[in-house]
Amino acid sequence: MMDELRELYQEVILDHGKNPRNLRHPPDANREARGENPMCGDKFTVYVKLNGDGVIEDCAFEGRGCAISTASASMMTEVVKGKTEQEAHALFETFHDLCTKDEHEHCDHGPVDEEAMEKLMVLSGVRQFPVRVKCATLAWHAMQAAIDGQDKASSE
Amino acid sequence: MDQITPTLDTPPAYDVDRVRADFPILTRTVHARKGKPGKPLVYLDTGASAQKPRAVIDAMKTFMEEDYANIHRGVHVLSQRATDAFENVRTKVARFLNAPSREGIVFTRNATESINLVAASYGQRLGPGDEIVLSVMEHHANIVPWQLLQMQRGVDIKVVPVDADGVLDLDAYRRLLGPKVKLVALTHCSNVLGTVTPVKEIARLAHEHGIPVLFDGSQAVVHGPVDVADIDADFYVFTAHKLYGPTGLGVLWGKPEILKTMPPYQGGGDMIQSVSFKGTTFKEPPMRFEPGTPPIVEAIGLGAAIDYVEGLGRAAIAAHEHDLLTYATQKLAAIEGLRIIGTAPGKAGILSFVIDGIHPHDIGTVVDQYGVALRVGQHCAEPLMEHFGVGSTARASFGLYNTRAEVDVLAESVQAVKEFFGS
Ligand SMILES: Cc1ncc(COP(=O)(O)O)c(C=O)c1O
Repeated sequence: MMDELRELYQEVILDHGKNPRNLRHPPDANREARGENPMCGDKFTVYVKLNGDGVIEDCAFEGRGCAISTASASMMTEVVKGKTEQEAHALFETFHDLCTKDEHEHCDHGPVDEEAMEKLMVLSGVRQFPVRVKCATLAWHAMQAAIDGQDKASSE
Repeated sequence: MDQITPTLDTPPAYDVDRVRADFPILTRTVHARKGKPGKPLVYLDTGASAQKPRAVIDAMKTFMEEDYANIHRGVHVLSQRATDAFENVRTKVARFLNAPSREGIVFTRNATESINLVAASYGQRLGPGDEIVLSVMEHHANIVPWQLLQMQRGVDIKVVPVDADGVLDLDAYRRLLGPKVKLVALTHCSNVLGTVTPVKEIARLAHEHGIPVLFDGSQAVVHGPVDVADIDADFYVFTAHKLYGPTGLGVLWGKPEILKTMPPYQGGGDMIQSVSFKGTTFKEPPMRFEPGTPPIVEAIGLGAAIDYVEGLGRAAIAAHEHDLLTYATQKLAAIEGLRIIGTAPGKAGILSFVIDGIHPHDIGTVVDQYGVALRVGQHCAEPLMEHFGVGSTARASFGLYNTRAEVDVLAESVQAVKEFFGS
């Protein structure tokens, strides 16, 4: 029983959940979007600083959520920094597949940062806990919405 | 609902093992995995929906196998038998609520539809400047229908607060009443806090101003006897699936003299006197509000559920649940960092809590691995979550089949949550 829980809540997740990175509101952010999960009441705001070349110079978030959603948000802010919009998008789609699909169903979303995906692998345990998938993807949806210039994302 | 306060040392005589044997689902285990047996199910989510006794399952099955037909429209024997069975349940529900007349019992899809019916139909007489009084601890089912009316007809919504224990602020309620208020719609028992509201007093105060009152009894009917005549409720709603009956069926009690003045909510067959393209006339209540084929089989199931609950004794059930609540409150309160949300005196068997530094969602996932079914989240009561400054809570709700041993499992699993997250 504890094995399944350890699979879901890996040490890295517990660490990011307790001590989230980039939990702040960067004053120079030029994009932001809210993500809400109506089922559990989790709310995040993701901030992005996008430069003229479409590169994410900074990414941060505020809000409250469970260990999974907080850790996922925290790790996301780390891995998307320095990525272009397209790279961040590919990362999001690939990560989404990781959380929702078996390996043979994963699609090619263009070149992705393999090292970032390695890190994000720790979140793949949510696949065994379908109701928790939304937790893992909530901040990502908000990040994508921010880049797309929308102010709100739902984790649908 | 009477308040029953047995002491901890003398649990009431109530044969919970025999009761459990009536519920087939309670024998199952969950999370069995290769080579590992599952955990016994510890179902503490009755507030969301109750499990079903064999009596209900069998009644519905037997009815479909032996007496099923559409109702109110056949001369053949089965249609008559089915009509009688269905209408008998209406009588039974009236008796269950001590309603003065069966004509005031309207069958709907669920509590949500019962409230929407009143909002849409009674609401047609309301307009800008009129006010509806709700409380901050309402379920979304008793908020959103009124907000739709606000959007459509420009009525205002006033909200009665609760104190730190979750007790309704009666003084604030009294101050809100006045000539502008056209309806009071309050819960009889909060699905999050377990608070039981003083419905009789609430109705009396409203009636002093000539204001009708609707009570959401979705949780209250489950946890103790309800007497709509004594309360003098103008409308009272509940939902069958929380009362150990099937899904798909709700009840609206309305005083017949009020229902008679209300226009239809939906149109169709079975609710009309005569139909012509020159003009259609409608039946009297309750038929006016029951267009189309109703949930016939489900009504049979509700009838069996009421028999079942009354067979055990509603006061005995309330006492048993109170014992569990008292025991669970003691056990959980002893856990460091755990805070119980909702500590009103005389509350029903619903226990919401939060733990410092651990999100309810994570609590729910971990205890589930121990077989414990809790509800976590906002419980369809977002305004209440804000009121208590929490995003969400974990909630254990007790039913007539729960045991002290299950409360022990709950407490152990919550302790394990704390260890797991190292807090
Ligand atoms: C207090 C209260 N009111 C209304 C409802 C709505 O019940 P239903 O979904 O069956 O309409 C519920 C159940 O979730 C409830 O607890």
